[in-house]
Amino acid sequence: MSIEKYRKNFLKEVEERVEEGQWVKMCMQCGVCAGSCPFGPHWEHTPQKIFMMIRAGKREEVLTSDSMWMCTSCYNCVVRCPRKLPITHIMHGLAYLSKREGLMPKNQPTAQFGQLFWDNLTKNGRVNELKLSLGMYFKDGFSQGIKNAMAMQSVGMGMMKAKRLNPMEILGGHGIKDKSGFSAMLKKAKELEDARRKLA
Amino acid sequence: MTEVVATNQTILVVGGGISGMTAALEAAECGKEVVLIEKNAALGGRVSQLYRYFPKLCHPVCGLEINQRRVKQNKRIRILTLAEVTGITGSPGDYTASVRISPRYVNENCTACGDCGNAVETMVDDAFNYNLGKVKAAYLPSKMSYPQRYVIDPSIIGTPDADKAKAACKYGAVDLDMQEETVQIKAGAVVWATGWKPYDANKIQPYGYDRFDNVITSVEFERLSDPHGPTGGKILRPSDGKEAKNVAFIQCAGSRDENHLRHCSRICCMASLKQTHYMREAFGDEGKSTIYYIDIRAIDRFEDFYQKVRADANVKFIKSKVARIVEDKNGNPVLHGVDTEGYHRYANTHDLVVLAIGMEPSVKAASIPAEIVSDSSGFIEQDQANGAIFGAGCAANPLDVNRSVQSATASALRAIQVINRVARAEG
Repeated sequence: MSIEKYRKNFLKEVEERVEEGQWVKMCMQCGVCAGSCPFGPHWEHTPQKIFMMIRAGKREEVLTSDSMWMCTSCYNCVVRCPRKLPITHIMHGLAYLSKREGLMPKNQPTAQFGQLFWDNLTKNGRVNELKLSLGMYFKDGFSQGIKNAMAMQSVGMGMMKAKRLNPMEILGGHGIKDKSGFSAMLKKAKELEDARRKLA
Repeated sequence: MTEVVATNQTILVVGGGISGMTAALEAAECGKEVVLIEKNAALGGRVSQLYRYFPKLCHPVCGLEINQRRVKQNKRIRILTLAEVTGITGSPGDYTASVRISPRYVNENCTACGDCGNAVETMVDDAFNYNLGKVKAAYLPSKMSYPQRYVIDPSIIGTPDADKAKAACKYGAVDLDMQEETVQIKAGAVVWATGWKPYDANKIQPYGYDRFDNVITSVEFERLSDPHGPTGGKILRPSDGKEAKNVAFIQCAGSRDENHLRHCSRICCMASLKQTHYMREAFGDEGKSTIYYIDIRAIDRFEDFYQKVRADANVKFIKSKVARIVEDKNGNPVLHGVDTEGYHRYANTHDLVVLAIGMEPSVKAASIPAEIVSDSSGFIEQDQANGAIFGAGCAANPLDVNRSVQSATASALRAIQVINRVARAEG
């Protein structure tokens, strides 16, 4: 058995590369986060288990877990944590690292939605609600898309009435004035983030 | 007017619990003059409200009796009950404290015969039993009260009930004209021993202390177990008076939590371990205890005590901070959470939940009417800047009885040194 097993390499990596990762060592394993999470029973690993796995150096298991993708940002765990760990932020940070490392679970719906949202937003600098919802409905093929759209029909109509969903957006949709400035800004932000998190 | 003869060679001890009594006695037995001030009507503080002490499981009556006897025998201690310090001015060796004394409405003639208690009809909350029951509005604070003298609750003053109490007294002890007074007391040094209070359990929302009858605190459990308590020593749950044979103890209720108390209250683990003995004593093998904990901190040398409880088949340990409590339709509390040894999700039903409630200082250092350095939880730090005002017992740290007595003895020594300096200077 190699001594490597007992090194804290992965904890160090998380501290450097994950948003708020320096808090992971503060977890005292009380379990209140897991018990307070409304999605608790549906996760593979609870937050305190993820933190313990990080400290135990289980890089592969942590980054391939679907748990951090299940977080709905309700912040129940953050307000209850006796050590005030920003658990929600750490979960999102871990999800981002797992995506950048290409380790996230395949066909993870939250990850797919995140990607769709990002692509949609960065194209024109504004979210095209119509294309975003259609993209989500039809991600699993045409017939499934029709089924999804029918099931969500009343919600869609409601949004249209409330002027939150414009059918004309199908033609390209609205955008910001300075698109090239916007992409330059995103590119620079990504450069900085990559350098800081050693993600390049 | 209450006559208090005090000079700048007097030591003022604030708080008449186990720490204050100890500090006063140690100083007085070394030949110093002491004024001991107690907010309540009797000495003894929180210790008198315990059923048993850990680790030997003897009754606090014993330790208090010895101290009360020492107090009685010592002419150098002047005791003021129902008294609170409202201000301290001056400097080491030369302090003046303002002390507000509330009326007891009963004078020194009282023989504790109890006729006034029999005469009045009004019932008031029984503070000694953490308001778990009611007492007559003319009452003896507890069986062990020192001074052994009745008190008349201010709420009945001016009512016919008060006149009944006066009429019933054969010794002329009831004096309904007593007034609040403020006296000035000189002192060379002050020992501040105002002790602790249980953290307000209502603030721990997910545990529902404010919503569920069968969620109580550890201090209330002490009273339930005590034969002098509101249930005569039977462990009956509040909602329906049924025997609570399956009790959950939740550790760190308020303590070690940035949202509540930052510090570890130190005594709660040992208190719960001790209370599992009450369960065994009351119900034998039928008394089941479950301790939910983050980690057990059996302070100092008490690891063997913990190991003995651990070996008891009737006591279960679950490594988990309970996330929330709900009530089922029979009024049983159901505990939800995830344990850390295997990460199993549980929903466990118990008869009664006891919150091992954290300690906070009765008087936070910021509220002491003098410049005092405190830690982030409001306990008194030992600091030169405090001058000759010395924290003792739980005013300075969350401590058990044993360590409070040590702390009180230490502060008495510090106070004696100041008095000796004053005495030398005065020649």
